[in-house]
Order: sequence, then structure tokens, then C-alpha cells
Amino acid sequence: MNKILIVAEHDGSKLNPATAKCVACAQSIADAEITVAVLAADPAAVATQAAQIDGVSRVVTVSHAAYARALAAELAPTVAALATGYSHIFGPSTTFGKDLMPRIAALLGAPQLSDVMRALSASRFQRPIYAGNAIVTVEVEAGRQIVATVRVASFQPAAAASSAAPIEAAAAPAALPTHTRFVSVSAARSDRPDLQTAARVVSGGRALGSAENFQILYALADKLGAAVGASRAAVDAGYAANDMQVGQTGKIIAPELYLAFGISGAIQHLTGIKDARTIVAINKDAEAPIFEVADIGLVGDLFQIVPELEKLIAS
Amino acid sequence: MKRILVSIKRVVDYNVRIRVKPDGSGVITDGVKMSINPFDEIALEEALRIKERGLAEEVIAVSIGPADCQQQLRTALAMGADRAVHVQTDAVIEPLTAAQLLKALAEREGAMLAILGKQAIDDDCNQTGQMLAALWDRPQATFASKVEIDGAIARVTREVDAGLETLEVDLPAVITTDLRLNEPRYVKLPDIMKAKKKPLETLDPATLGVTPQETIKAVQYEPPAARSKGVMVKDTQELVAALRGKGLI
Repeated sequence: MNKILIVAEHDGSKLNPATAKCVACAQSIADAEITVAVLAADPAAVATQAAQIDGVSRVVTVSHAAYARALAAELAPTVAALATGYSHIFGPSTTFGKDLMPRIAALLGAPQLSDVMRALSASRFQRPIYAGNAIVTVEVEAGRQIVATVRVASFQPAAAASSAAPIEAAAAPAALPTHTRFVSVSAARSDRPDLQTAARVVSGGRALGSAENFQILYALADKLGAAVGASRAAVDAGYAANDMQVGQTGKIIAPELYLAFGISGAIQHLTGIKDARTIVAINKDAEAPIFEVADIGLVGDLFQIVPELEKLIAS
Repeated sequence: MKRILVSIKRVVDYNVRIRVKPDGSGVITDGVKMSINPFDEIALEEALRIKERGLAEEVIAVSIGPADCQQQLRTALAMGADRAVHVQTDAVIEPLTAAQLLKALAEREGAMLAILGKQAIDDDCNQTGQMLAALWDRPQATFASKVEIDGAIARVTREVDAGLETLEVDLPAVITTDLRLNEPRYVKLPDIMKAKKKPLETLDPATLGVTPQETIKAVQYEPPAARSKGVMVKDTQELVAALRGKGLI
């Protein structure tokens, strides 16, 4: 029996879709019993959602006022205490999971596997290294507890269950560290879909030339119901916000449709999009490396093509 | 003395095109240019700026690994680190071992801050800073894009999926750096000469009470699956037709 504990990511009311992807990864391990842990100020709503994921046999909740904010230093000791008796502890490879899971692993004295893209067995996994330029198969020493972050772009979310799993409350932690305090979060909240889970993404590179010019991509994205992303070059140049960066050190995404405008296709960027179902590249340089991975390529001036595209889609 | 510990990892240079060995036993590193992990350079730059603002007195660069790591430590000294510590070992160093060694050094030096790169561009683990914070039982502020030191606290802006989050942490603390925290300075020739005279201490892991453990064995390396070659269209109308044909719009 492999007992797998998954740390739920949520915003206090809604479960992040990354959690169902962690469940999918756990389900690919034979003989797995899957528990989802929901740590929140008021876990009821999120726990109900987690209980409806196929393959989840139990949801454990921990309620504490401090968990209104997800601070790794406060979450890790509680998850580490819950982890007794579990063979695997999984979290998503989002900034939430990347921040939290190694802190849990260190408290448990367990090794961590980052960005698991495939579970070959309970102890053998595949993960990308060198910005995805190599895939390594690793075997964890027998008898070790394994902590892992699950590469969300590699898994489809587990389906909805026909019946809900039981929800149990665990004891609240006695004392939490007070050395880390939340101050603020500034999110460029928009009506557009979330970049990491969007089915369609419109993305721009340095060729856009300015933040103002990026507006044409927003207009197109709104026509398509798409999220907007950017290359590192465009973000570094100040044309797009940091949280729009797609690539090795930004977001790894797997949309149905990825439209890349004026992105040359540095290997670090391609790492972030190679699980996209269809990649469309528009670039005026016919030699741009992005064309080597694009399913559909068009050589031309994006400032002419974007408005044309917008018009043709509308008609 | 107010000290900042910075970790320096020797990695294959950012610009090298990585190739997997034909027998799948690893990636080709022979004769390849090696450099300081770019995120660690950003960590060192931030430490130097904090010191230059008079908020710290000494910056210590630490590297863990074989003898060759001293090249990267010399570069760190040339950038401006005051001294270097080389934990010399040929063993495989997993993030948890690195964190144990850094914790021992952070305690030995009484560090006010440990600044690490958020990930190394070779194994892309993104673990060591968080593990160090856990073992040291101190706060962590990962993926930093802005750091302000204010007496006994640090205010750190972090790049998270939702946008920018600001945390306040008590010192000592661990900070890991994101790309846009700063732009590292270039090393000047006179500084390279001066760096040769700066102290570089060599230790082995046992001196710090740590035995490296290899719990994760790499079984096989392979190149990523290639995407099949796509089609080129000649204009926007053809593009829209192709997308409609695939049912994508």
C-alpha cells in the first residue's frame, strides 16, 4: 500500500485545479490510497471540493486563523506532523508548492523530487532537468518517505468522483512560528483566464516593442477568451508584468492553443510551452527557433497580422 | 559582526546547449564552459548591495563540491565577497545535504541573512533555500524581487503566481532570489587580481558534522521528446483556416 498525502492549494474558498492534477499523478502509482490535506482558516468549502475528486479516499482538514494566508513557515510543521505513516507527500509545482514542499521535506528529513512529470512506480519517477533539455529517471532509496512537487503541465486533472470522500478534522497546531508575517499581495487581477490553467494563451515577445503595443495582444486575447503571457525578454524590457513570464523560471503551461507573437523561442521559453497541444508561431524572422517547435508557423509582421486575426476571428 | 552567507553553485553555463550522452548515463559536461549559477550571482549582488548600504559588514561566499568550485569562488571574491568557504567533496550533493552544510555554516558564522539562488539551472530543484530555512528554524522569503533591510527585519517582495507578495521576516532569515531582483555587476580586471589575495577556506563535510547521503539515484538520462515538424502558412487567412480546421477557434 502506498499512502499518499496531497497538500491542497486554494485561495480560502476555491480549490486550485493544480490539486486535482496532483491526484492524477498519485493515481498513476499502483495501490495508492490518497488523502488530501486542506489547511485553511475555514476549510469547509475547499474540503468539500477536494472530497469530490475521483481517487481521493479521505480529506483531512486543519483549521487555524493563521491559515488565511499560505505561509510556508506556518504550514510546513503542520503538514510534517500529518505526514506520519505516509509514504509520499505531494504538492503542485506552482509557487505555492515550490515554496512549501522543500520546507516539509527538510522537517521530515526526506528527499524531494521537483517537477515530477511521470511516476513509473512508487519509487521511480521522471523529471526534467537543464530547462527541460534532458529528462532524468530517478530511483529513490527503498524505505524512504518521498516528498515531491508535481509538474502540473504534465497531468490532466483527475475526474469528479461519483460519491464524495469522507472529511475529517485534525487537531489544530499548538503553536505556530511568528517570525514571518504577510504584508500585502498586489495582483494585476483581470477578467482574463488564469495563465496557468487557460485553454488558450496569447503570448508576446520583445518584438512587441512597448507596453502600449502589448494592448493589441490583450484585444486579441479577449476575442479568443485567452490568457496573455510573455517571454522573459518582454518582461525584462518592462512590456509585461513579471507574473506573465512563461518559461523555465516563469510559468510552465500546457494550453490547448498557444499563439506566440514576436517570440524568437529561446530554449528557456520553449521549456515553458512544450506541453501545449498546438503551438502557433508568428515571427518576421523565418529562421527563429520557435518555428522548429511550432505546429503552425507564419512569417510576417505581427503588427499587421494581429489586427487581421482579430477581425477574421470575429467574422 | 553582521554577516551574509551566499551560496555559489558551479553549473554548466547558461548559454551552453545541453546534450544527453548517447549511452544515457548523463549530460555532456566535458570541455563545457562552467559558470556561477545565474541566480547565485543575483544573490551575491544583493548581498553586496546590502553591505554597500552599510547594513552588513561581511559577505561570505560558500560553494560545495569538487576542487574546481574554487574557480567560481574566486569569481565571487572578484565580484566583492570578502571571503570564501569551499566545502570540498566529490560526493553527490543532494539539496538536503547542501542545506545541512549551509545550516552548519550559517550557525558558525552567526549569519544575519543567507541569500541563495531560487534554483540551480542544472538540476532545476528549487529546494535548498527552503530546506535551509526549515533546518535553521528561521523564516524564508523565496523568489525575491525586492529586499529591504530595516533593523532586525527584512521586507521582501516575492514573485508568486498571483502577482507580487510582500512578507516581513525577522532576521536571521533565508532569502532566495528571482531573476529581476537586480542585475549583477561585471568583474573588473583589478578586482580579479585583488581576489587572489582574499581568504578562501577549505573544509570537508565531516568538519561541519555532515555526511552526504545519496538517496536519489539517477537511473537514465534521455533527451526530451521532440515535437513533430509543423506546417507553414502564407497569410492570416490561411492561419485562421488551419485553426478552424483543427477546431481550435
